[in-house]
Amino acid sequence: MKILVAVKRVIDYNVQVRVKEDGTGVVTENVKMSTNPPDDNAVEEAVKIKEAGKAKEIVAVTIGEDKAQETVRKALAVGADRGIHIKVDGITEPLAVSKILQKIVDKEKPDLIFMGKQAIDDDCNQTGQMLAALLNWPQATFASKIEVKDKSLEVTREVDEGLETIEVNIPAIVTCDLRLNEPRYASLPNIMKAKKKPLEQINAADLGVDTKPRIDQIKVEEPPKRKAGIKVSSVAELVQKLKNEAKVI
Amino acid sequence: MSVLLIAEHNNKEVRPFTLNAITAASQIDQDLHVLVIGKDVDAVSKSISEVPNVKKVIQVDNEIYENFLAENFTPVIIKQSENYSHIVCSANTFGKNLMPRVAALLDTSQVSDIIKVISQDTFLRPIYAGNAFATVKSNDKKKCITIRPTSFDPAPTSGGSAEIIKAESGEATNLSKFIKREEVKSDRPELGTARIVISGGRGMQSGENFKLITAIADKLNAAIGASRAAVDAGYITNDHQVGQTGKVVVPDLYIAVGISGAIQHLAGMKESKIIVAINKDGEAPIFSVADYGLEADLFEALPQFLEELNKLNTIQK
Repeated sequence: MKILVAVKRVIDYNVQVRVKEDGTGVVTENVKMSTNPPDDNAVEEAVKIKEAGKAKEIVAVTIGEDKAQETVRKALAVGADRGIHIKVDGITEPLAVSKILQKIVDKEKPDLIFMGKQAIDDDCNQTGQMLAALLNWPQATFASKIEVKDKSLEVTREVDEGLETIEVNIPAIVTCDLRLNEPRYASLPNIMKAKKKPLEQINAADLGVDTKPRIDQIKVEEPPKRKAGIKVSSVAELVQKLKNEAKVI
Repeated sequence: MSVLLIAEHNNKEVRPFTLNAITAASQIDQDLHVLVIGKDVDAVSKSISEVPNVKKVIQVDNEIYENFLAENFTPVIIKQSENYSHIVCSANTFGKNLMPRVAALLDTSQVSDIIKVISQDTFLRPIYAGNAFATVKSNDKKKCITIRPTSFDPAPTSGGSAEIIKAESGEATNLSKFIKREEVKSDRPELGTARIVISGGRGMQSGENFKLITAIADKLNAAIGASRAAVDAGYITNDHQVGQTGKVVVPDLYIAVGISGAIQHLAGMKESKIIVAINKDGEAPIFSVADYGLEADLFEALPQFLEELNKLNTIQK
C-alpha cells in the first residue's frame, strides 16, 4: 500500500500573528514558519502504518514557494520515503490545491491520502473533502483513530456530539485531528539522511491547473480589541462584580 | 437569487445552530429555502417550515441518509443546487465535513466560517485563529458558504408556514459506512449555546478535580468547557474542548480556570461578553482578555466561589 501525505508550511502556531498596516494580509517576513500542526499528525500516522508493515511507501507532498520544501524535508526526516514539491507563488485556495493534488494522485496512484483537518493560517478546513469529491473517494474527516483493515479503514471521528466511527473503502482520504497521535521528533542522523532522499520539484503551471484565486481578499484587519479588564483582589469581590456590575449571574 | 440552506438535525429535531444559520442565510437573500435530508424527517421539516424567514422546505427522505454520510448527501445537494445562487450550511462538524465536497463538484471556491454578511458576495471571516479578520469577495457564480453559528442570533421558531415539498433521493454510493456514534448525554446546557460556560485547563491537575468546576456549573446552570491541554491530559472528554480546533463559544459569561490562554484557546472564547480568569500565574496571557481577573490558587478560589454563590439570594438562570 502507498500513502500520500500532504503537508503545508504555515506561520508557527506559537507566533502571535500581526496584521499588516496596509490591510493586505499578515506579517510573514522574519516570522518563524513550520509545518501545519495536524499535518505532522498525518505524517506520523502514515509512518506508524508503514512500521506496522501495512504500507510500503510514503510520499510527502507540499504546494507553495521554494521554502515549502522544508516541510517535506521534515516529513522525510521522520520516515517518509520521498517528496514532491509543487511550486506555486501567492495564495492558493483549497479548490486549486485539491485540483493540483488530484493531478499528483493520477500520477502516483496512492491507496490512502492523509493530511491535517485544517490549516491554522486560513482556517478553511476544505482541502481533504474537496480532493475526495474530485476523486470520488470516501472521506474520513477529523480522525482521532485509524484502524487499517483488509480493504477498508475504520476511522473514529471527532464530531460536535462526541465521537463517530465510520468505515471507508480504500482508496480513501483521511483528514487528521491533533488527537490522532503524538508526532515524533526527527533525530539528527535522520535529518541528515533526509537530505539525501529524493525530492522532485514540479511547476504548478506544468500541471495544467488553473490556480487563479476565485476569492478577492479585500481587506485584512485586526479584530476589535477587548477593553482592558481589571484584577479583583478576592473571590467575594469577583462575585459582587459579576452580580452588580456585569449583571451576568 | 435564492439561498439553499442545508439543515442540520438528528432525524427527530432540528439542531439549534440551524436556526442561527437561517438568520445569516436570510441576510444574504430573503428568498431562503431549506433542504432537509434524512430518514423519517417529517417532524424536522414541519418545525423548519414554521420559521418565519423560511420560504420553502425541500425534504429528501431515505434510509441512506440516516447517518449523514457526506458521500451520500453530496449528489442530492448537487441536484437540488441548480436553481440557487448560494448553498449554505452552519460551520460545525456537520457542515465542515459536507460543504467542501459539494463546493468542489460545483467548481466553487468555498468561503468558510463567515461571521458577518456584508453583501451577497462579500463576507467577513476570521483567519489565523481569529487573530485577523478578512473581508472576502467571492467571484464564483454559485457560492458555497459555511456560517459560524455563534456570530448570528437564532431565528424565531414560530409564526411561519412555508410550503414543504418532497424531492427524490439519490443513489447510495457505498463508499463509506456508518458504524457507531458515541454521544455524551448530559442534563447541562449545550456548550455551544449555553449562557454561562466554566472551563478548566491543565491547572486542574486531574479529572477528579473537575468536580470543583462541576459544582459551580450546577449552581450557575452552566456548560463545562476545557482547554486542549486538559483534554489531551485525559481530564475530560473531547466534546468539551473550546478553541481553534474545538468549539467556538460566545456565552454571556465565560469563566476560565487554570487556563493559561494559548492563542488556540482564545480563538474559541474571546468573543464572550464577560470573561473571568482565575489563575495563580499573574502573567498568564488569559488575563489580557479577561474583564475580571483573579490571581489565586484555584483550589482555594473555587470552593470560595461556590460559597459566595450560595450566599446570593437569586441567581439568573
